[in-house]
Amino acid sequence: MEHIETMNRIEELFSKKKQNILSVFFTAGFPSLNDTGTIALSLQQAGVDLIEIGIPFSDPIADGPVIQQSSKQAIDNGMTLKLLLEQVRELRKQVHIPIILMGYLNPVMQYGMEKFFNDATNAGVDGLILPDMPFDEYESVYRQSMEQAGLRNIFLISPTTSEARIRKIDEATNAFIYAVSSSSTTGAKEGFQAEQVQYFERLKNMNLKNPFLIGFGVSNANTFSTACVYGAGAIVGSAFINMLKQAQDIPSDIQIFVSLLKGKAS
Amino acid sequence: MNYHVDERGYFGNFGGAYIPEMLYPNIEELWENYLSIIQHDSFQQEFHQLLRDYVGRPTPLYFAARLSEQYRAKIYLKREDLCHTGAHKINNTIGQILLAKRLGKQKVIAETGAGQHGVATATVCALMGMECIVYMGQLDMERQRPNVERMRILGTKVVPATSGNMTLKDATNEAMRHWINHPTDTHYIIGSVVGPHPYPDMVARFQSVISEEMKKQLNEIEGNPYPDYVLACVGGGSNAAGAFYHFLNDEHVNLIGIEAAGHGLTSGESAATTVLGKPGVLHGSKTLLMQTEDGQVEEPYSISAGLDYPGIGPQHAHLFETGRVQFLSATDDEAMQAGIELSRTEGVIPAIETAHAIAVLSKIEFNPDDVVVVNLSGRGDKDLETYIRWGKY
Ligand SMILES: Cc1ncc(COP(=O)(O)O)c(C=O)c1O
Repeated sequence: MEHIETMNRIEELFSKKKQNILSVFFTAGFPSLNDTGTIALSLQQAGVDLIEIGIPFSDPIADGPVIQQSSKQAIDNGMTLKLLLEQVRELRKQVHIPIILMGYLNPVMQYGMEKFFNDATNAGVDGLILPDMPFDEYESVYRQSMEQAGLRNIFLISPTTSEARIRKIDEATNAFIYAVSSSSTTGAKEGFQAEQVQYFERLKNMNLKNPFLIGFGVSNANTFSTACVYGAGAIVGSAFINMLKQAQDIPSDIQIFVSLLKGKAS
Repeated sequence: MNYHVDERGYFGNFGGAYIPEMLYPNIEELWENYLSIIQHDSFQQEFHQLLRDYVGRPTPLYFAARLSEQYRAKIYLKREDLCHTGAHKINNTIGQILLAKRLGKQKVIAETGAGQHGVATATVCALMGMECIVYMGQLDMERQRPNVERMRILGTKVVPATSGNMTLKDATNEAMRHWINHPTDTHYIIGSVVGPHPYPDMVARFQSVISEEMKKQLNEIEGNPYPDYVLACVGGGSNAAGAFYHFLNDEHVNLIGIEAAGHGLTSGESAATTVLGKPGVLHGSKTLLMQTEDGQVEEPYSISAGLDYPGIGPQHAHLFETGRVQFLSATDDEAMQAGIELSRTEGVIPAIETAHAIAVLSKIEFNPDDVVVVNLSGRGDKDLETYIRWGKY
């Protein structure tokens, strides 16, 4: 089976690279339906380590205006989960960095959970982030089939997540932890506040088994490099989507965006 | 059969808490504390005192003689329309504001469709001196103007939700986003039996005063606490949950929920979730949901803003699946006609949500001695413009 040899791209990345990992999030089917592949390939060429592709959903409650709007446009463009898996299968011919699909539970449930785990793996997906899937349900219902399919499940934590719960999540993961930088929905903000940096420090000092990447509010070289001081790297989403909205030429604009972002850290 | 919530937060196959991690501490705080808080003597005392002195409970159970004659049954109206602020919604907001205070919260947010829940929330926030923000779909702000102004007079900030169809679903999304961004000092007063556990159970408990009173009143009037039928309209399902609550295990009581069929069940413009929905996850719970094949939530339609929601509470999904509650529906036109009819036969102008329940009286074959209780969830003042626009009176 084709997926056996490609199933540990996330682990492979984190075993080779411990610092300054750059992950970029974008919404599938945005700005145009068939941009998904172009964007993924351009991100790889620009030296991004990991890509997260958003599955558009009509009611994205954890997202701010930028991702909401991209999600709506993607749905209007005709994006579906089935089409997204076809696009991933196609782009996997050229894109070799890890791919994570991120989305709300309902579209996945309608597709069929087990079927989705298998189809996603076969298309070349390495991991999933399903922010509204309850932890207990993952453990008791889905963990086994997700792991059997070869997918990694990535959990979010936030500044209000208790230490005990962070430890529990760390135990249940073998990829990385997605540390949401503040108590907020997605969206670019002006730099990190002192209390956010304290939270990053606290996380770093917890010496978790898994590395953590910092996301939400990482938008420029400054926030990226700060995040890299504490975490293994960072995730950029809304700022990238904002750029895509205005992009004239997606490949070259991505090249510029990523090199500006990496600035000092690389 | 258990019709109530289990220890995992589910009603049969439905319910649970499907929330992003950012909301986990808020929801955990609630589900660890809500029962011990609301079952405490001091809470119950304050809650019932406010329901009596401020809301005006118990609401009358009124024997509707002319309506009874028309439909050949003994029809009673449970007069939730006589509650302060004009609907059942305030039973829940009184309960939740007392809970919010005991949790040490300083601010309150809410979503609203028809504006009744928004007004009920704005009212209790004024009463308790709490800061209040209400999210309301921009379309609903236009069709329920008087309620927008009532909230503003009460000192609440009304924020338009401009995503999607700009109705109740979108207002709920915005309220949840606000809560994610303000997780520690804010309590979210959800307006119906929807949302992540423990909301569906908690809101049903606060509304259960409706059936508690019904039983007592029926016993006094009829010498029997059990009616043959209880009818209630279902948006998210809070007035129905309250009206059914104390009868759920008495299987001889026929419980009927009425959904909005909009322009008709097959018209593509409807809000009849039990007919058109499939299991899915929205706003934190697994329930029946109107959605596309691909799992995108569909935009519902109803003339009544309070029923214009693509889901129903998880308990209702369970009651539907088990067959304990029968679900019927009424179209826009049927509801509007029923609203006029009730106005003329009993001198009561109902909310258009409520009029949907009146509209199915003609669709049920009653025996002459059947005791039928219709939960009159709200009054029609807020809907005058819609009545006027409909015009056929
Ligand atoms: C008078 C009235 N009845 C019913 C409803 C529907 O809500 P629920 O199904 O939660 O009772 C509303 C909602 O706004 C309402 O105002």
